[in-house]
Amino acid sequence: MNVAIVKYNAGNIYSVVNALKRLGIEPTLTDDAELLMKADKVLFPGQGHAGEAMDYLRARKLDLLIRDLKQPVFGICVGQQLLCRHSEEGDTECIGIFDAEVKRFQPQRHEDKVPCMGWQELRVSDNPILKNLGQHPYVYFVHSYYVPVCNETIATADYILPYSASMHKDNFYTCQFHPEKSGKVGEQIIKNFIDL
Amino acid sequence: MGLAKRIIPCLDVKDGETVKGTNFVNLRSAGDPVELGKAYSEQGADELCFLDITASFEGRKTFTDMVTRVAKEINIPFTVGGGINELADVERLLYAGADKVSVNSAAIRRPELISEITSRFGSQVCVVAIDARFDADGWHCYLKGGRERTERGLFEWAHEAQERGAGEILFTSMDHDGVKEGYANEALRELADNLSIPIIASGGAGKKEHFRDTFIDGHADAALAASVFHFGEIPIPELKAYLKAEGINVRM
Repeated sequence: MNVAIVKYNAGNIYSVVNALKRLGIEPTLTDDAELLMKADKVLFPGQGHAGEAMDYLRARKLDLLIRDLKQPVFGICVGQQLLCRHSEEGDTECIGIFDAEVKRFQPQRHEDKVPCMGWQELRVSDNPILKNLGQHPYVYFVHSYYVPVCNETIATADYILPYSASMHKDNFYTCQFHPEKSGKVGEQIIKNFIDL
Repeated sequence: MGLAKRIIPCLDVKDGETVKGTNFVNLRSAGDPVELGKAYSEQGADELCFLDITASFEGRKTFTDMVTRVAKEINIPFTVGGGINELADVERLLYAGADKVSVNSAAIRRPELISEITSRFGSQVCVVAIDARFDADGWHCYLKGGRERTERGLFEWAHEAQERGAGEILFTSMDHDGVKEGYANEALRELADNLSIPIIASGGAGKKEHFRDTFIDGHADAALAASVFHFGEIPIPELKAYLKAEGINVRM
């Protein structure tokens, strides 16, 4: 299995590398078009500012490359947001796989802290990437921006309002949380993606 | 549902080995930090905290190597602290794979450090740890494991830390630490109700009820403890089942 991770300026990619290694997979961390196109699976993780990430991807034409990938692609955290149409963060035009607008959390009560950081239980629908997660799939989130619930939403979390915790369209799968930091449930999700 | 209340075992690490102090003295050894951390993760800990209590340069390198091992082997978030004096220390630990760093004395001495960390890496990586004691003139922050009193009050310092971008406050009451009679819930509640960032309760856990009380009465977002976990006095699965039965949202 040839697994590639998109190398760009959005950090914390090594925790995804470590998670794959725990599953016995040696991923290739690369921004090379050819290597990305011929990989069996592509992971697109991220943390950081959507605008800066898009500037970096555009300068290297990686945005177009990612959009045209045909194998299963897994966008994680900011990776999910960048696969949407537009983000409020820096008023950024994104890659546009999902016709969704990424919004900033607006606290309604004192308890509504932003960034949203911690464990939440998912409500999941039937999807191969979300199978075998057990009765109470809690996963770990760190984010200030969210994707509203839309047609492509396959799991929701509820923080301030229900939003997209995971999405799927064609060969693109995403999650807003960090599967690489979500214990056994997260490990199962990564395994499910690899097994697609 | 919202966010689950977090249970955080804390491991004090010296020369690559875990130790735990009672009232910050009398260290007892409790094994390999990575193995212990992994065991906690498998039992259902929500996060781990590793504190470097080594002072030497050699010890610092050993600790960084340990952070790399933790990042490789453990699949839940972890915070590291102890001996962080400047941005270079933060970089070293985050690049080794830590999810968050906790800063204490260095931030009190030079509060700009918080702003530097958060503008570089985001507020979510920056935990500001505060050791405080209730003196005749109110809650005061202390340095050097409680040996040096500062003129900073607990609440005003916590507020400044938040203003400078801190992502969380880890408050240890030196009056409660090691005594096992419960957390400093009144002070915790005042912090939680007046700040808009998560508060981690630390110091005083002795039985399961203390965790419930700090979540319900202290309004804490997370509870950190060491010896009750290290010596198996409170198994984490049992603690979580208890908290859930008490109506608290915990990750099962």
